[in-house]
Amino acid sequence: MSPERSPLFLARRTYRLRRLSDAARMLPIAGAVLFSLPLLWETREVRTTDAMFYIFGLWIVLAVISGVISTRLRPTDTEDDPKGSQER
Amino acid sequence: MTILNALILVCVLYVVFLFAVAFAADRAALRGRGSWLRSPYVYTLSLSIYCTAWTFYGAVGFAARSGLEFVTIYLGPTLIMIGWWWTLRKMVRVGRSQRITSIADLISSRYGKSNLLAVIVTVLAVIGTTPYIALQLQSVTLSFAAFAETDPTATTLPDMQSTALWVAGGLALFTILFGTRNLDANERHHGVVMAIALEAVVKLCALLAVGIFVVWGLSGGVAATLDRIDASAIARFEVSGSRWVGLTMLSAAAFLCLPRMFQVMVVENEDEDHLRTAAWAFPTYLMLMSLFVVPIAAVGLEVMPAGANPDLFVLTLPLMDGRDGLAILSFLGGFSSATSMVIVAAIALSTMVSNHVVMPLWLHFSGSAAMVSGDVRHVALLARRLSIAGVVLLGYMYFRLSGGGTALAAIGLIAFAGVAQFMPALMGGLFWRGATRTGALAGLCVGATVWIYCLFLPSFGPSVVLPQVVFDEGLFGLQWLRPRALFGAEGMDPVVHAVLWSMLLNTAAFVLGSLLSFPQPVERLQGAQFVNVFDHSGTPGGWTGGMAQSEDLLIMAQRIMGATEAQALFAEAAKRQGLAGYLPEPSPTFLQELERELSGSVGAATAHAMISQIVGGAAVSVEDLMAVADETAQIMEYSSQLEAKSQELARTARQLRQANEKLTQLSVQKDGFLSQISHELRTPMTSIRAFSEILRDTGDLTPEEQNKYASVIHDEAVRLTRLLDDLLDLSVLENGQVVLHVQTGSLADLLDRAERAAGVQGGTLRVVRDRGAEAVELTTDLDRLAQVFINLIANARKYCDGQPPVLTIRTAVVDGQLVIDFTDNGSGIAPAQQAVIFEKFSRIGQHKAGGAGLGLAICREIMARLEGAVSYLPGQKGAAFRVTLPLMARMAAQ
Repeated sequence: MSPERSPLFLARRTYRLRRLSDAARMLPIAGAVLFSLPLLWETREVRTTDAMFYIFGLWIVLAVISGVISTRLRPTDTEDDPKGSQER
Repeated sequence: MTILNALILVCVLYVVFLFAVAFAADRAALRGRGSWLRSPYVYTLSLSIYCTAWTFYGAVGFAARSGLEFVTIYLGPTLIMIGWWWTLRKMVRVGRSQRITSIADLISSRYGKSNLLAVIVTVLAVIGTTPYIALQLQSVTLSFAAFAETDPTATTLPDMQSTALWVAGGLALFTILFGTRNLDANERHHGVVMAIALEAVVKLCALLAVGIFVVWGLSGGVAATLDRIDASAIARFEVSGSRWVGLTMLSAAAFLCLPRMFQVMVVENEDEDHLRTAAWAFPTYLMLMSLFVVPIAAVGLEVMPAGANPDLFVLTLPLMDGRDGLAILSFLGGFSSATSMVIVAAIALSTMVSNHVVMPLWLHFSGSAAMVSGDVRHVALLARRLSIAGVVLLGYMYFRLSGGGTALAAIGLIAFAGVAQFMPALMGGLFWRGATRTGALAGLCVGATVWIYCLFLPSFGPSVVLPQVVFDEGLFGLQWLRPRALFGAEGMDPVVHAVLWSMLLNTAAFVLGSLLSFPQPVERLQGAQFVNVFDHSGTPGGWTGGMAQSEDLLIMAQRIMGATEAQALFAEAAKRQGLAGYLPEPSPTFLQELERELSGSVGAATAHAMISQIVGGAAVSVEDLMAVADETAQIMEYSSQLEAKSQELARTARQLRQANEKLTQLSVQKDGFLSQISHELRTPMTSIRAFSEILRDTGDLTPEEQNKYASVIHDEAVRLTRLLDDLLDLSVLENGQVVLHVQTGSLADLLDRAERAAGVQGGTLRVVRDRGAEAVELTTDLDRLAQVFINLIANARKYCDGQPPVLTIRTAVVDGQLVIDFTDNGSGIAPAQQAVIFEKFSRIGQHKAGGAGLGLAICREIMARLEGAVSYLPGQKGAAFRVTLPLMARMAAQ
């Protein structure tokens, strides 16, 4: 069955917003892991310039993703109240 | 004109320009113009006070010493910023809904408006920030000195300390002018914010300009710069994992906890929506700020003579190349970084000091009469101004005493570690309802002690504050208490070591203290308000009014907020309550609002204390209790849901049982009906069969006999037909398939007809009627109604055993209902029988009359169809039936 024709179980907009707020929560965790990744490299072999390219590139990517998420997510959009969590 | 004079001129012009911008922004905000002041980009730029002179100059020095590691200082804030959905959103919401004035106010508010906590946080913030301010002064004087050194005409080097004094004085003046224009610290300082936003642009441009100059001017392109980096002393990415992770976490914690960051991020926040822009714009800003740091450091290390201070490469590289204009821009960048940090830090600290230290002391010493003694507003403003001067002076003193020698970055990290001690209490307060004041106190004290012992005091160097023997042998000669190797953790980086132990012990004490202590009601309230801020951004715990005198409150509020504002607030509240004049009823809502307004000026704890002086005491309202009892409520709700479910189950079971009983009854009834029907059918059938057999088998019947037998058969057949007709009629009526023929006629005619049809004429039964009352027009199915009357009259004729039998028919109209009573003078119906006479086949005894016992059942069905009723009327002399029918019959609709 194509997704267009399948019955609408959830309000699509609210569902998207919730997943977007999930993404907003995950982003710093992903960022922290990725920023720590150079530590796993054989540091004696790695040139500072290479690490710079990696870190600054990642920085830009994170800022862009954060921008994409933040423009669609308002602080007042979804309230994370514990009671509502069952409905998610 | 020498470069030094040019520098001084540019500097003075720049400062004048800043004053003008701040002044213009304040004026624009005052006149309600200047929506650009509320732009999210201004908010983002104001966050850049995170990048102080330590960042501007020190990052290059940091990079020159340890390569790419400097970047961790920016990675922490970047992660916090892109993770705004976790913490910043909540902090800003709490800050706005509780009218928080500083981080000390936030922590004190959260833990039951405890002023002791606020004082501890304030003291720790002052200890952590003072060296930082000293650092800014030092950077300005160092950079100034760097210019002086290159100036051949300058005969004597300018006195470093006098430069610092000038800078400190100017900063204090600026901050007092624009930072204390209004007492309500919660109101935005538009002038200040605009000035630091401008400075943010200047420092970014300056650093980028220097970077571009270094890459394309000095090195000759990107590729050449990369080659230079590869050839430099920092070519290898040699970072220690613990420092990399530790410093990232430390800078993230400091970003949230630094008083000046809290000031711009939460207190000065105009709109929660601004976070969305800052979420990507601020990481980008930080990325740009650090983009050219490594190239500048690498080129500086190569070009500059050995021993040159790498902290000043940003300045000395353009100077060495003779680019004076660029050097002055670079100086302005550093100057901007230093000044904006000092300004905001001084505002933040002065708010904390005046609200949590000076005002409570003043209130204490001026006695318990806040509304009688002098002008609180004046005192509060003065306290804040003095605090600003005091904070800047402290920084200057620290600069004088420390001699300004140590590397810049070291002090920065030490300050970071100091303010990071707020982290457990802050995060615990925002996310854990079980966090208590005792826990927060324990955590803060333990963390601060470990930080002071392991990092702050040792930073002055061996034998300055801590004797050398403590470093070697530990406190009291205990080896495991050595400040650089606590609990035997040797060989660690001092900063990471101190951060690790202070945060671990801080968190442990915080959690244990919270688990083991019991919170005050206000703490529980505030805890619920903070943790569940998105559920109810309502107000915290209520006041019980009544005892409070509105006039006293007004007097006090005027002293704090100013007469006009206070009167406007009171008049507005009075209007809302529907009262004229300036004095509203001291309702709990109004008192809460007032406390919130006051807390914007003097902090939550002081405002609470002041109102309780007048009102007498805070009470906990039912709603608050409900909020606090949320957990309990959830459990109770759950169990009540269970209870409801089980009740529902019981109800369903009962219904099922009833349905089952009914089904059984119906089955019995059906069996009874079937046996009745077969009996009723069989009796005439038997006669018909018997007589028809006689007719068939007996040859010599006389015509009379034949006639007699044939008429018996005929009578029985007629009876059978009538029975079948009745059954059919009943079944049609019961199934509701009957079609009603609505006509209009008079009741008297109808009764006449019924009387005739029932065979009364010529019988013994005398019918007594009241013809006057019967003159009623009816609109209904007259034939069906007549059927009912016929049945009732015929019954009386058949069963009435009165001597002589008399049937009285009375008509009356009661409440729009036509009521017709058929009463005879017989012996009536026994009570036990009354209940069943309307059932099918119910006959009273075996009567002579050959009815099938369906008549009354049919009557009941007909009356139900006609929306009336027929019932047995007990308590009359004989049998009495009452027929009721609505006069305004709705039959017409059918």
